[in-house]
Amino acid sequence: MNEEKEKTGEKSATFCADKVGFRYGLRGEWLLRGFSCSLPKGEIMAVLGPNGCGKTTLLKLLLGILKPVEGSIRRGGHLGYVPQVSASAFDHRVLDMVVMGRAASVGFFSIPEAEDYRRAENALARLGIRDLAERGYARLSGGQRQLVLIARALVSKPCGLVLDEPTSALDFKNQDLILSALRQLADEGLSVVMTTHAPHHALHVASRVLVMENGARHFCGPPEEIVTTEQLRRLYDLELKTLRFEHRGRFLNSVVPIFS
Amino acid sequence: MRRRFFLAAFVLMCMAGALSAGRYVVPFKNVCGILASLLAPIEPWWTDIQYRVVVLIRLPRVLGAALSGAALAMSGAALQSVLKNPLVSPQIIGVSSGAAFGGVLAILFFENAFATMGCAYLGGILALFLVWCLCNGARGASPLGLVLAGIVINAFFTALISLIEYVADPYNKLPAIVVWLMGSFASASWDKLRYSAPPLLTAAALLYFLRFRIGVLSLGSEEARALGIDIQRTQWLVLGLVALVASATVAMAGVVGWIGLVVPHFTRIFVGDDYKRLIPLSCLLGTLYTVLIDTLARTLIEVEIPMGILSALVGTPLFAFLTYRLMKGEEGR
Repeated sequence: MNEEKEKTGEKSATFCADKVGFRYGLRGEWLLRGFSCSLPKGEIMAVLGPNGCGKTTLLKLLLGILKPVEGSIRRGGHLGYVPQVSASAFDHRVLDMVVMGRAASVGFFSIPEAEDYRRAENALARLGIRDLAERGYARLSGGQRQLVLIARALVSKPCGLVLDEPTSALDFKNQDLILSALRQLADEGLSVVMTTHAPHHALHVASRVLVMENGARHFCGPPEEIVTTEQLRRLYDLELKTLRFEHRGRFLNSVVPIFS
Repeated sequence: MRRRFFLAAFVLMCMAGALSAGRYVVPFKNVCGILASLLAPIEPWWTDIQYRVVVLIRLPRVLGAALSGAALAMSGAALQSVLKNPLVSPQIIGVSSGAAFGGVLAILFFENAFATMGCAYLGGILALFLVWCLCNGARGASPLGLVLAGIVINAFFTALISLIEYVADPYNKLPAIVVWLMGSFASASWDKLRYSAPPLLTAAALLYFLRFRIGVLSLGSEEARALGIDIQRTQWLVLGLVALVASATVAMAGVVGWIGLVVPHFTRIFVGDDYKRLIPLSCLLGTLYTVLIDTLARTLIEVEIPMGILSALVGTPLFAFLTYRLMKGEEGR
């Protein structure tokens, strides 16, 4: 009965990785080995780990940009990619930037049609930034740019979003803006996989946390079990404290690094 | 759309004006009549000499300049997006030097304009093939890798051209090589146009239809791939089309620089980075720029000024102004 339930769960999962192994080249170091994990619909998974442990590689594997050397990954549908916000060489109009998310369904020698633009406008409206449509992308704030990139991923009607450090380089207000938007999307049934260097973000929004360590080791589970002082201390090789306190009736978690 | 229509009409008027201008001035009304007579039977009110000057000498030249200018400007705009670098032009991928090397080699060994054209095409194709090899072939390349490979191939063919200039007969071959390298539409003819127009028109049409994909590629290979774009196919198709344009232009008129760099930047003043409008407008402004420069080249002083020199003399201050404007904008941001 349990096995049957698990199989049904796998079927409705956003992705299901089975004993995945990956390394660059034939003699490269294994970044992932024996990685098995699945993500049910409507859940947020935060991926934690030090620089260079293979978080971005994992995202590329989930998106299908890289192929596993061992094992397999099954996807429940198309996954939308949201890259890190970076300086753009060109200043595209926000609506044009978002409609580029339809690239896979626009013919090779064609341009987007009215329906594609309507979907792009809907995606902007879904995130509450419809008023930015005519603005230049390069002139937006970091938080606004990140929302535009999320909207771009949404126009392709994905079953889940894969975000590469969506809150890095953002101030507190914009971090809140992005995390709230992600939680809202998860409430609407969309799955989210996000890498982050902020364990308190994982504690705040994620229902699952994947910890990746150097040497292809990984742990996955509920945030309260995985994001512990001991675990984080070992992960980042740094003294730190996790705090839990009450604020206006809400219990909040925070992680404070003790810098040398 | 309406503005673009008026601009297209203005460009056509300028082309007709270019047919009228020259040391032997043909009245504008007569030019219009001669052009109309090519489409419908009209009782001529112009002289036979005027007809010959317009149809046999100036029309292939103006059409050649217009087509080359349009295609080079579109290529520049496309290449800047694909290589995610607003400072590149069709010359940066080394194809112009490859084509120039082919042409120079043909001038050295044959005395036939069509051999020069053929060798220029072969040189351009060879240069693109070498860039492709340097970029690990089908495994693809990053925009930076492509630019670096282009710079290497450009330097290699420039050195070979210098070598040919060094060994060429200084009284007979060398002047012909030097003048050809400076670029000019003076030798344009209907025969030359017959061999250059089809590749230029084909490449320009395909670049126009690819404009959405070109815009997506400007986001960078990683993002474009994640959005479902076949990077290798699109990138090498655009590079192949740019190589075709550069080779066809060099084959017809020698090396004509600056158009692919200056015109797309100038176009960005009006439409920003909007790929939908950037490529069509670059086409119109590239036509206008090249036809005007070519007309100036043959009318400014008694002797004809090579196109390459005048294009650089007009292009450099214009580019300096655009750079100043850009830097001022960055400061204000």
